[in-house]
Amino acid sequence: MNSEHIVGASVPRKEGWDKVTGRAQYIDDLSLPGMLYGATVRSRVPRGKIKKITFGPGIPWDEFVIVSAKDIAGKNCIALIADDQPCLADGVVNHPEEPILLLAHSNQHILPKAVEAVAIEYEPLPALFTIEESERLYNVIWGVDNTFKRYLVEKGDVDSVWKDADFIVEGEYTTGAQEQLYIENNGVIASFDPIGGLTLWGSLQCPYYVHKALIKLCGLPENKVRIVQTETGGAFGGKEEYPSMIGGHAALLAMKAGRPVKIIYDRMEDMVATTKRHPSRTRHRTAVSREGKILGGEIEFVVDGGAYTTLSPVVLSRGTIHAGGPYYWPSIRIRGKAMATNTPPHGAFRGFGAPQSLFAMERHMDRIAATVGLSPIEIRKRNFLKTGQTTATEQTIQEPIDLEKLLDRGLELSDYRAKKERFRGENQSATCKKGIGIAAFLHGSGFTGSGERYLASVVGVEGRADGRVRVLVSSTEFGQGTKTVLCQIAAETLGIRYEDVEIAQPDTDGVPNSGPTVASRTVMVVGKLVQSAAKGIAQTLITAGLLRDRYSPEEFRFACAQYVKRYSQLKCLVQYEAPPNIYWDDEKYRGEAYAAYSWAIYIAEVSVDLATYSVTVNDFVALQEVGKVLHPVLARGQITGGVAQGIGYTLYEKVIWQNGRMQNGQMTNYIMPTSADLPAIRVYFEELGNVHGAFGAKGIGELPMDGPAPAIVNAIEDALGMPFNSIPLLPEDIFLTLSAHVPPKECRLPQGVR
Amino acid sequence: MNGPRGQCAISLTVNGEAKTIHAYPMERLLDVLRQQLKLTGTKEGCGEGECGACAVLIDGSLVNSCLVPVLQVEGTMVVTIEGLEQNSRLPKLQQVFLDCGGAQCGICTPGMILATHHLLARIPKPSPEEIREFLAGNLCRCTGYAQICEAVSKAAQPEVAR
Amino acid sequence: MRADPVEYELIAPGNLPEILTLLSKQPHEWLPIAGGTDVMVQYASGRLAQKKLVSLWNLPELRTIEIAEDEIRIGAGCTYTDLRQHEIVNREFPLLTTAARWTGSIANQNRGTLGGNIVNASPAADSLPALLVYEAELILASARGERRISYLDFHVGYKKTMLAPDELIHTVCLPRRFAGYFNYSRKVGARNAQAISKVCVAALGRLSKEIVEDVRIAIGSVAPIPLRLTESEAAVKRKRINDETIAEARKAAIAKIKPIDDIRSIAEYRSAVAGNLVVEILTALRESDRTA
Repeated sequence: MNSEHIVGASVPRKEGWDKVTGRAQYIDDLSLPGMLYGATVRSRVPRGKIKKITFGPGIPWDEFVIVSAKDIAGKNCIALIADDQPCLADGVVNHPEEPILLLAHSNQHILPKAVEAVAIEYEPLPALFTIEESERLYNVIWGVDNTFKRYLVEKGDVDSVWKDADFIVEGEYTTGAQEQLYIENNGVIASFDPIGGLTLWGSLQCPYYVHKALIKLCGLPENKVRIVQTETGGAFGGKEEYPSMIGGHAALLAMKAGRPVKIIYDRMEDMVATTKRHPSRTRHRTAVSREGKILGGEIEFVVDGGAYTTLSPVVLSRGTIHAGGPYYWPSIRIRGKAMATNTPPHGAFRGFGAPQSLFAMERHMDRIAATVGLSPIEIRKRNFLKTGQTTATEQTIQEPIDLEKLLDRGLELSDYRAKKERFRGENQSATCKKGIGIAAFLHGSGFTGSGERYLASVVGVEGRADGRVRVLVSSTEFGQGTKTVLCQIAAETLGIRYEDVEIAQPDTDGVPNSGPTVASRTVMVVGKLVQSAAKGIAQTLITAGLLRDRYSPEEFRFACAQYVKRYSQLKCLVQYEAPPNIYWDDEKYRGEAYAAYSWAIYIAEVSVDLATYSVTVNDFVALQEVGKVLHPVLARGQITGGVAQGIGYTLYEKVIWQNGRMQNGQMTNYIMPTSADLPAIRVYFEELGNVHGAFGAKGIGELPMDGPAPAIVNAIEDALGMPFNSIPLLPEDIFLTLSAHVPPKECRLPQGVR
Repeated sequence: MNGPRGQCAISLTVNGEAKTIHAYPMERLLDVLRQQLKLTGTKEGCGEGECGACAVLIDGSLVNSCLVPVLQVEGTMVVTIEGLEQNSRLPKLQQVFLDCGGAQCGICTPGMILATHHLLARIPKPSPEEIREFLAGNLCRCTGYAQICEAVSKAAQPEVAR
Repeated sequence: MRADPVEYELIAPGNLPEILTLLSKQPHEWLPIAGGTDVMVQYASGRLAQKKLVSLWNLPELRTIEIAEDEIRIGAGCTYTDLRQHEIVNREFPLLTTAARWTGSIANQNRGTLGGNIVNASPAADSLPALLVYEAELILASARGERRISYLDFHVGYKKTMLAPDELIHTVCLPRRFAGYFNYSRKVGARNAQAISKVCVAALGRLSKEIVEDVRIAIGSVAPIPLRLTESEAAVKRKRINDETIAEARKAAIAKIKPIDDIRSIAEYRSAVAGNLVVEILTALRESDRTA
């Protein structure tokens, strides 16, 4: 087989056969002998002191294993960035559904009744539920001022631009929470024995995150905790940090029970108790010249982090850095802040802050266009970042990206101009108004700034006794194609057959820490390390005299088998090294924020039915530059899936809150699109390559989440001639705006700005 | 067959094999398949008949097994994802699914393939609209349905056996 | 899954007389369950208070469709798929088969029954407006015998019906006099499939020389029970459909309905949409005559 055609070809998914035959084993398909089932007793108030816990009648409590905060041998926290989130509430609760007690029993059917039978009396404390309530500080619910984190990004002299501005354009844009809604609910099985230690199997993205959390929680040494990822039915960030919580619960029960414990959430518990996308509020104030050039501006980007820190500082970071979009800002001031509220902590969800701030930026660009009297096309072209220019964090764009040309291609593919013209005419008399809208954006791949250096990922590639090769990473497969692409990379690098490369199950006992499977870093960063490690074992064989510089797949196989027979192990471990010219200042938040950016133009065509006020997306063009496409079918699948989630985020998925608790925690009333709701999503790629990524790849997984919302809402404004600045945008919202002719929400100036 | 409160014996065919199950009559067919018969290919996604991950065929009819009390399958023929495979060669439908990228995380895949099987048995050459209508009861969070619908169209071509 | 199967009893006598005897001997004790698409959702969420159930699934007596000269008789145990697949039901009662197509998913249509939809009596049920405009009659069966009532009288309040504790719906009878009528139906939900309706309408009409000879409009999800918009019908009956009569019909509809705010939508939206759909229906009815 010609190894040239592995990377860049749509090779079979490594675990595909198991998935299409129903053989793939997800956590709920597994059980252990003597296993108990676990369940969680959760807070029913948003904030309060726990006064009394009563175990009600009718339940054989002596048959249960019961765990409370007192049973925690280590530290009662879920270690992540800060240690403020308890594993189990100890005397006080700070959000609805906060875990308080754990129960285990051999009969899973008795558990729901038992959970209901635990009566908890609270002394309620005043609670806060929105960004605004939190900012006003009538109550302090976290730290000294309800603020988990702040960032300030400054470039140039913003305060001097206002006097020269021909236009000052202001806007406020808000986004709601979004549930990841993986079809497989969170689940784990924990098993403990005093000699061997703790083992946890589960549906998760980051085995080493769970490892770090459990050694601290259970007070166990590193080599006595083992985390194994099982086949994972969707994650999207919802299984990045949350598994440490459910894993911690199962571990505590297993340690007390002396028997394995399985905890699987049902859909309602998963929806109401676990993380969601951070709600946000962005305020823009922009100085613009008569010619439509951005002179400078201020952006305030605020996210609602829920009750505990969890990942909010990092979500805030990405959202803050992306807040200026793919535009050149001569000067800019971006203030980011993450506020605490008494809701279940919000967490990672594909895009991770960027969908929120990019929604605002792209809506604001259309507003600027309208104010200045230019088209959405022209305003963007006059302000796009060009090669050699710097971003808001003063990172110089090195690669030859031409956004104007990319936009032109997008306009052609979507037939934008002709449609816009036609709709203008047809809308005069139509009961179904049509519109078309643009979003231009970028997405940084990998961890921000010094993040990758801090992660110091390690990757291994080993040769096996049968001559085949195995990739050793903690990077997980959850549908996006990790296993397939990393094996492609190894095979292509070594010049051997794809079929002769396998990948180890992510098991902290067996694989090194290649970092979390997040931030669109797997192919780009981890893939690059796989390349290096693969080269390493080839070099070892060559140095050992078993292989010449040029060899066939069969010769490699033979040499590999020989080496392992002789020396019993053939393995190469490599560790991430930051590229020499990447500079980042964590304090000033300035420098090379990301090793690479992917770029995109998304164009949505919608129709709005004026009888029902509902919006249908009729056509969607997703055009992006992603470095190199390593697997066309997988790459396309990432885009169509991300766009579908983006359409859901914009038009369908609304979390209905009441006193901090999600009221619509069922698939029947939290609405995600079905196949009958989505258009054929048209996907196109451009490839510039990327020196830092494996085979030129950049990140792709999260990019498609950033564009749909602004493209669609821009299209709706085009259709109706009225601006909407808040998502989700349901028919009811469109109806209320149309019937009241409510003017666009005016921005309130952030404090301290003239 | 229907005794006093307690388990009852239920006779049916599962994937071509005659079986007698002892279960409480209100146990969900989904749970009996997964836990008693160890046929874990059928999945639970929502427990309320919305996601289709639990879909099976009962006498050739697609149903959500989370909504079927096991007593009601007495005397029927139930087919799960495990029953669609013939010999050890991957049936064409599943191969096409794989080739087109119709399976990403795979959790919706068994139900999706059964729904497709059910569709193609009734409408051998479905239009794109018919495909979307017939699969609307199977939620997929990964693919946006694009590559799934393509897989179904491709599987409906005459040279692809069902 | 929040229920314990051990606590529940389900029996399947397999024939109607035995079931009716059971219901008459122990009224209020046994909850009939057919396809289970409503009951099993309640059960799995731990909210099914009744612990004894009797299965009506696939009873031959209830799962037939009889064609007589002046009416068709649909067994209450017929599934939505049964309705969709029946040639005469499709041809002569398209509002009903359209409603069947809207309900749930294909998998749920294969199990959900017409009788179940009626008895569950959710104001959002998809088939009920169609039955109102077709002026269905129900045959209710019990050990005491059978009685036939107009469907128009069946719903007496929110989830309250005329069904006696020992009764089942046996047959839904639809008069065969609507062939050639203009028909219109529309469901407004949160998405295009698998949605509980926010507003749902079904309408029939017939014009002669631009005068409305007959018009029937029914609506669901905007009151505790599905409604015939008789006042709106009166606004156009025996008149021309013009801006004036359309406006009157719309006003009458909005005055009659009692929509609420709930987890799916708000009253104001439902009201506006209901009014818009009445306009849409009458406009389409007028157009149908012009194109004929």
